[in-house]
Amino acid sequence: MAHVAYDIDPVEHRPALIEGDPDFHGITEAVARPVEWRPPWGWYAVLAASLSLLGLFGVSIAWLFWEGVGIWGNNVPVAWGWPIINFVFWVGIAHAGTLISAVLFLFRQRWRTSINRAAEAMTIFAVMCALIFPGIHIGRPWLPYWMLPLPNQMDMWPQFRSPLMWDVFAVSIYGTVSLIFWYVGLIPDLATIRDRARTRLRRIVYGIFALGWRGSFRQWLHYEKAYLLLAGLATPLVLSVHSVVSFDFATSQLPGWHTTIFPPYFDAGAIFSGLAMVVTLMVICRVVFKLEHVINPLHFDRMAKLMLLTGSLVGYAYSMEFFIAWYSGNLYELFVFINRATGPYAWAYWTMVSCNVIVPQFYWFKRLRTHMGFLFVSSILINVGMWFERFVIVVTSLHADFMPSSWDYFKPTFWDLATLAGSFGLFFTMFTLFVRFLPMVAMAEVKSVLPQAHVHNRPK
Amino acid sequence: MATSSESRTATVDRDRRRLLASLLATAGAAGFLSALPGQAAQIPRQEAEGTLGPTPERDHGNALERMLDDLERALKKPLEERKWVMVIDLKKCIGCKACTVSCAAENNLPPGVVYRPVVEEEIGEFPNVRKRFVPRPCMQCDEPPCTPVCPVSATYKRPDGIVAVDYDVCIGCRYCLAACPYNARTSDFGEFYAEGLGQAGEAMAGERAMAYETRPNFEYGREWRREPGRHASPKGNARKCQFCLHRIENGLLPACVTTCLGGATYFGDYNDKTSLVHELVGSSRMMRLKEELGTEPKVFYLV
Repeated sequence: MAHVAYDIDPVEHRPALIEGDPDFHGITEAVARPVEWRPPWGWYAVLAASLSLLGLFGVSIAWLFWEGVGIWGNNVPVAWGWPIINFVFWVGIAHAGTLISAVLFLFRQRWRTSINRAAEAMTIFAVMCALIFPGIHIGRPWLPYWMLPLPNQMDMWPQFRSPLMWDVFAVSIYGTVSLIFWYVGLIPDLATIRDRARTRLRRIVYGIFALGWRGSFRQWLHYEKAYLLLAGLATPLVLSVHSVVSFDFATSQLPGWHTTIFPPYFDAGAIFSGLAMVVTLMVICRVVFKLEHVINPLHFDRMAKLMLLTGSLVGYAYSMEFFIAWYSGNLYELFVFINRATGPYAWAYWTMVSCNVIVPQFYWFKRLRTHMGFLFVSSILINVGMWFERFVIVVTSLHADFMPSSWDYFKPTFWDLATLAGSFGLFFTMFTLFVRFLPMVAMAEVKSVLPQAHVHNRPK
Repeated sequence: MATSSESRTATVDRDRRRLLASLLATAGAAGFLSALPGQAAQIPRQEAEGTLGPTPERDHGNALERMLDDLERALKKPLEERKWVMVIDLKKCIGCKACTVSCAAENNLPPGVVYRPVVEEEIGEFPNVRKRFVPRPCMQCDEPPCTPVCPVSATYKRPDGIVAVDYDVCIGCRYCLAACPYNARTSDFGEFYAEGLGQAGEAMAGERAMAYETRPNFEYGREWRREPGRHASPKGNARKCQFCLHRIENGLLPACVTTCLGGATYFGDYNDKTSLVHELVGSSRMMRLKEELGTEPKVFYLV
């Protein structure tokens, strides 16, 4: 069969999803390379930096256990400080992975195949970071398991009316489903790595995790059914998890939190920040691991469009909060929002607005949607903005609360910063190990979107 | 003239009635005590009689003494038939904050934890300005927004209406702090007033406390030791006013009530229609904070 070069997909008549027209083997070679080759020194440098931050995380948590939550800047009106902000931030980051892998799968968005694996891995690592924070946030951090409905002899049972309780279930179910979905998707690729293994150890380890995959027709049939069902199972979680997280705030009577707009607003923000994190990671990974043709400007263009949409939704939510505060005639609500924009935390509010509302508006231009440098900087700015969004929600609502005599200005301590930096250490350690030991692109799925794989393709 | 003679007759009548009532009461009490000889020893006043002489009958013109009688009556009822309420007369409050201090002393409160602050408000425009002081204990809401948000069910409304925190169960998530619309809850971050007062160069200078800070407190009728380096409740917990439950269950009024210089704070059982608080709640000056939230607070203000 003569090889025909495709820049335009011959069946779909659209630009080909993978550049450079590789064949199936070319995809395997490109994706398996970082798993099989000796990693460059840069990989070790990143791993070392990440591990140091992870160590800092461990030290911060150990000091917290010893000394108590007083080591943070939390004070009495601002009883929820950085740990809750970081929790919501990391849960938000997690969302894009499931959106890309499950929702876009159900919508038959075939371009997702180049990025879904890495995005899902990011989801799992972000959920790991997120799950740590509510546990260490509590005043007696050695007892978070009391929130689980474990049979015990202490006459204790969780309160199922508490949104914090719903959080425990929402986030842990989300983590579990994402992990299963990610693993099921990995099976054919793990089998590929196993078959290519040059050492016995690799053959055994990847062999165990490949669950005896042989690529038979029957196996593919089962696999695709399972993948579809898991995608269906994961899709509602994209919406439910962050809705539940928003209930933590929305169900309490605090002005600034007590709004019905929160679930959709949180969801849009979560997907927005998660996509930004995928973009940040992919801009680097595609260059470092020479996957520019697999993860190409077309993918970034589409992710940027999604960021433009979700960023505008978030901007709409910001303005709607103000409108309702005024329109409702609720003085307390209005005070909170005016205080956000003009009070002592105005700097945080306007950081949030500039990063989350103004930055994504540049994505109206195709040149900027496909410009790697701009994407890298803007996606980081968006995540800074999204972190500040949670800061604004938590801190500005609490700091000027119902009792003017208790108003206080929240100042983070060194340990607040160390814990946040440490969580990035955990995230990047996991991600660095992931790109080294697992195929970061879903090879089997990418091959299925090549023109050669199309059932109606008849080579000339 | 008719009026004065009528009133004289009424006085005589009242005196006669009071005499008869006290005679009957003494006879009744004697009969009751003789029927239950084993229980007599448990009543502290009977014990004290030998040394201090007979306790004078309480003067109901004195609000504190009347409230003590109300309290004793209420304690004889089963728990679920009591409904503890507090009434604060804002016209009598002079803003001395003695209640805040006595509360901190009674419950041995660390820095950052306060059960009963007094909020000062300045009303009006110069030169016609007045100040209003609003003491704010826990409202002990009938529909508390803080209890359903607790993920471990550590905080709950007792049958007598007091919202309690089970320090053994509380994990310190501080959700109740955020949920309370009165800011009546604070978190014990494990701090001490003497923290950081150590000698220069001394190791663990943060782990210091004055003797007054390390004495135990007796909230909820148990002994809680709170010392530097000790990682036990109530450190790390949410803490709140519980109307001095440990005092009222032993026949004493809450510390803020007994300390109030202006006599502005009243306490008692609302289910008892003869009690002082029931009378005051019926006043036309009565109001509650944030009625619109539907929390049904059990602290009433007289404005």
